[in-house]
Amino acid sequence: MKPFTVLDATAAPLMRQNIDTDIVIPIHRLRDVAQVDLGPYAFEPLRYLPDRSDNPAFPLNQPAYKGAEIIVADNNFACGSSREGAVWAIMGMGVRCVIAPSFGPIFFNNCFQNGVLPIQLPREQVLAIAGELEAATRPGSNSEPRLTVDLEERTVSLPSGRKISFQVDGIRREALLKGLDEVALTLTREPEIAAHQAKARATTPWLYQTT
Amino acid sequence: MPGQTLFDKIWERHVIADLGDDYALLHISRHLMHDGGGRGLRAIKDAGLKVRNPDLTFATFDHIISTEPGRTHDTLRPYAQRLYHMRDEARRWGIKLFDLGQPGQGIIHVVGPEQGITLPGTLLVCGDSHTCTHGGMGAIAFGIGATEVIHVLATQSLVQRKPKRMRVNFEGRRPAGVTPKDMILHLIGVVGAAGGTGYAVEYAGSAMRDMEVEGRLTVCNLSIELGAKIGMVAPDERTFRFLEGRPFTPTGAMWDQAVADWRALASDRDAAFDRAVTIDVGKIAPQITWGTSPEHVIAVTERIPDPAASGDPDKQKAMQMALDYMGLKAGMPIQEARIDWVFIGSCTNSRLSDLRAAAEIAKGRKVAGHVRAWVVPGSENIKRQAEAEGIDRVFREAGFEWREPGCSMCLAVNGDTIGPGQRSVSTSNRNFVGRQGPGGRTHLASPAMAAAAAIAGHIADVRAL
Repeated sequence: MKPFTVLDATAAPLMRQNIDTDIVIPIHRLRDVAQVDLGPYAFEPLRYLPDRSDNPAFPLNQPAYKGAEIIVADNNFACGSSREGAVWAIMGMGVRCVIAPSFGPIFFNNCFQNGVLPIQLPREQVLAIAGELEAATRPGSNSEPRLTVDLEERTVSLPSGRKISFQVDGIRREALLKGLDEVALTLTREPEIAAHQAKARATTPWLYQTT
Repeated sequence: MPGQTLFDKIWERHVIADLGDDYALLHISRHLMHDGGGRGLRAIKDAGLKVRNPDLTFATFDHIISTEPGRTHDTLRPYAQRLYHMRDEARRWGIKLFDLGQPGQGIIHVVGPEQGITLPGTLLVCGDSHTCTHGGMGAIAFGIGATEVIHVLATQSLVQRKPKRMRVNFEGRRPAGVTPKDMILHLIGVVGAAGGTGYAVEYAGSAMRDMEVEGRLTVCNLSIELGAKIGMVAPDERTFRFLEGRPFTPTGAMWDQAVADWRALASDRDAAFDRAVTIDVGKIAPQITWGTSPEHVIAVTERIPDPAASGDPDKQKAMQMALDYMGLKAGMPIQEARIDWVFIGSCTNSRLSDLRAAAEIAKGRKVAGHVRAWVVPGSENIKRQAEAEGIDRVFREAGFEWREPGCSMCLAVNGDTIGPGQRSVSTSNRNFVGRQGPGGRTHLASPAMAAAAAIAGHIADVRAL
């Protein structure tokens, strides 16, 4: 997994509530398209017009936000399905970080498995970030819609220079910073797993009568 | 120190190691697999890893199979290879797979409880968000992503953060025409689609105690639509009666030992919850969704809400976009919405009690001429039992199509879709944009309400039929 330390990048506001995983990646794409090729289908229902040309109303299609690596979203981002393809699809667009007031719980975990950082902040702060990004794209603005996310420091720096601190669980932070593979780490704990299972077989034997 | 919740007790007995920060390495006592998650077994093979506990892993085909009568593995040719690959890998590792046409095949969240694989006190995972369904048996059950599936296959464990605990008390008696589906849709309407985010939800109260197990599975199924990965109900005599004698349930002395253990799982009287919500079930009417999030829900007697009446401008915008997508207007009585499709099925509402309830409405009536209506039983066993009871005949005579078990039109990844702009009343769990096919418009409701809509040709109040 690619480590995540500091990300200084264009950020696009996608301020709509309950953007579900079926919007992030429609299931038939997940079925028919290889994992690494999902990028062009991310947010497909919002991103294209019926003739498949780019929908200019979709922020990530707008020149100011082209190449955004950070998405700033509203409540309950990527709610719904367990499909890890939702993470693969946004990664395919180049996104490495999502900032929102709340996330779909399975998507939240899936991000960490792929080196993507989900940052949960109070809604007022998310609205403030989105507001600054939008202001930065207005004519006459002398700043750019960029954010700096520093995982070591746990801060997001806004175009105005304002810094917002965020929380991230220690174990997840360390894995992202070092790019650790969770499966490999857990395999080193095999003796503990075996001991636990031996005990469970003795105390709840009915769970192991499966054949 | 306050007592423990049902959730705490099951969580505690699965902790292999405390990882700090409320994180734990958890033992997985049941892992379920389906054909939409074949990548897991392929990744294990490619990485040269081993399936640690094939004896605790069970698989079936449900997501990408056709439900057309007479279907085979090859009905949907492009995906047949995935089924064969999964079957080969399952055989190679010794994973029990319920194949097409066999008892035990069906929607994985229907099959687990039906086969007695899902037991109280288990920690069960599956690469599907509706795994929360199994919590209705008194288990901790949640959906996981593809990488977590590989983790479970290789280590029979998972790294998770302990969620907060929420209790929903459903009190009182359900009025006529109100089902478990209406209860959970109503709750989502009250607390919102993110109301349960970060929590494991326990459903309690007199209405849950009075409910049979199949209804509890329906309630728990929509926990993820509340934002909660986990929903559960304390196991009781109804649970034990439901489980006794099923293929994978313990027998003899082991059964008695298990039941004694399960009786002690209920939350202690003084258990502490981080959030509590009480719902008066007696005040609920049959529910129907009008928008593109399960929180867009109203009683069938109501008019479609006006976004302008919402104080929050972001909510207003979301509501207006939902109305535009759904082709509906604020203020219109929802019963005026004319429909094209009815789908009765899915891991929410495809069990025998659901089919019986819908058949009762369909009996002696006819599906409206412009409506296509499907009934997709949740499993091979349910299909056979329904046919033995003559339920399939009731549906067919009324003009419904009777199909083979699978996920079908709930997620439309198997050839079963509605067309762009078409309107469906569905007993499934998601009314998301394009969920039943690109451009399709979905209204969620109970099986009886879906049957009533099929007959009326528009959204209808089952109590008025």
